Amino acid sequence: MLKDITLGQYYPVKSPVHNLDPRIKIILTIAFIVAVFLGTSLWAFIPVAAYIILAAVLAHLPLKLLLKGIKPLRIILIFTFLLNLFFNAGETVLLEVWKIRITLEGLLTAIRFSMRLVFLVSGASLLTLTTPPVVLTDGMERLLSPLRKIGFPAHELAMMMSIALRFIPVLLEEADKIMKAQMARGADFESGNLIQRAKSMVPLLVPLFVSAFRRAGDLAMAMEARCYHGGEGRTRLRVLKLTMNDLYACLITAALIVIVVLI
Amino acid sequence: MDKFILQTENVSYAYEEGEGLALKNVSLGFRAGEMTAVLGHNGSGKSTLAKLLNGLYIPTEGKVTVCGMDTSDDTHTWDIRRNAGMVFQNPDNQLVASIVRDDVGFGLENIGVPSEEMPARIEKALNAVGMLQFIDRAPHMLSGGQKQRIAIAGILAMQPRALILDEATAMLDPKGRQDVFDIVQRLNREQGITVVWITHFMEEAARCGRVIVMHEGCCVMDGTPEQVFTRAEEMRAMRLDVPPMVALGDLLRARGLPVSREAMDVDAMAREVLKCQ
Repeated sequence: MLKDITLGQYYPVKSPVHNLDPRIKIILTIAFIVAVFLGTSLWAFIPVAAYIILAAVLAHLPLKLLLKGIKPLRIILIFTFLLNLFFNAGETVLLEVWKIRITLEGLLTAIRFSMRLVFLVSGASLLTLTTPPVVLTDGMERLLSPLRKIGFPAHELAMMMSIALRFIPVLLEEADKIMKAQMARGADFESGNLIQRAKSMVPLLVPLFVSAFRRAGDLAMAMEARCYHGGEGRTRLRVLKLTMNDLYACLITAALIVIVVLI
Repeated sequence: MDKFILQTENVSYAYEEGEGLALKNVSLGFRAGEMTAVLGHNGSGKSTLAKLLNGLYIPTEGKVTVCGMDTSDDTHTWDIRRNAGMVFQNPDNQLVASIVRDDVGFGLENIGVPSEEMPARIEKALNAVGMLQFIDRAPHMLSGGQKQRIAIAGILAMQPRALILDEATAMLDPKGRQDVFDIVQRLNREQGITVVWITHFMEEAARCGRVIVMHEGCCVMDGTPEQVFTRAEEMRAMRLDVPPMVALGDLLRARGLPVSREAMDVDAMAREVLKCQ
């Protein structure tokens, strides 16, 4: 069962959004997040929401998938909302019970912060839903590569990320195997309190780390045998080319920022 | 140009200075188009030999040449590794990318092949190992044998002259082992790629054109499978078995049945036995 996990949350369909240059998509995601924070009035969230919905429709994404990305956040969302609601010193009191005072300003801030969180996460999910991890690391490497001049290891970082992606399922499978082997010899991973359970993970983690180091050694040798010698003189399998769609996407995003600032 | 694609001359190798030699004074040549099996028990030096053959290790003494290039000369390192491709034992620990297409392209990116040429070379290499339909799949969804075939394709895309397989089938199930061996044998026959097949499976060695036996860092036997496997007593002394059909042939001949020494697999042996009736 662990063998069949899919990495990331990429939603594989063909769409104009999927086909955008990954570099553009990363930049636009950052721009979108900036737009979310630029808005001061609640009305600013209308164009932001429209933008997300438009992108999701163009990407043939079911809205359900975007909402799924927000679900794990619900506790943080509730906290943000309540904290802002109760601990905001405002003027216009809406409700006062015993020591709790809810003001109009507090309510508005609470809504604003929760909305920001929701849009922040859905913007980021939009990127990962429409871009396969390999393409994403590729795009990041190229965006960061100008920084190589000041010694920033752009290629190495991207290489590490793609190797990590490659080995997550391998190590998961291995952890599963070790766990079953330990359980067969009477190890107990499920009962006891939190500390006991954490302690019972030690016999799982030690062999897992030992094997990860061995794999790293093997992989380094295999990479060298395949002529790997860092990022210099390397060509790329994926050719990234900007298209008209990239331009349109930039224009739409720029328009969003202008509208949000004006509101 | 040397007539040997891969050649070792009086090569010795020690993992660390002052330690015992893992390889002692080995002189071997591998001709173009040859398929050679290297047999040996654990610690016999066969894996060390493999890593010397493409410059992953540099000999402590002696000289290794690949297509005439000395492995100790580091201006040739990448040319050497391009020409003498290597496949390792563990299928998981040699695939780099999380998509088959990118993994096969990894070597091409490293040696600086122009981007326009890559797709065609990747597809050709995958086709040669019969894995073209898996081009967009993730390696962790494939079986061990399929992963090894991807690893072979990754090497093939670089268009090497020699392929060194270091126990490439040791971790596979019988079906995967058979598939991988068949593909390598076909590449050897059809594309003339020189193959060094390191293994401890006797059945596989019996199907190669030449067999080398390593023992305690030395090359102790070198010849056709017939020549090597008839020395069954010596093989057993080195804790190596002979292929089951060779052992059976020996027993039959001892009982006076004139079966040929060349019958090394079940089908050939069956024909021989039928002839004797």
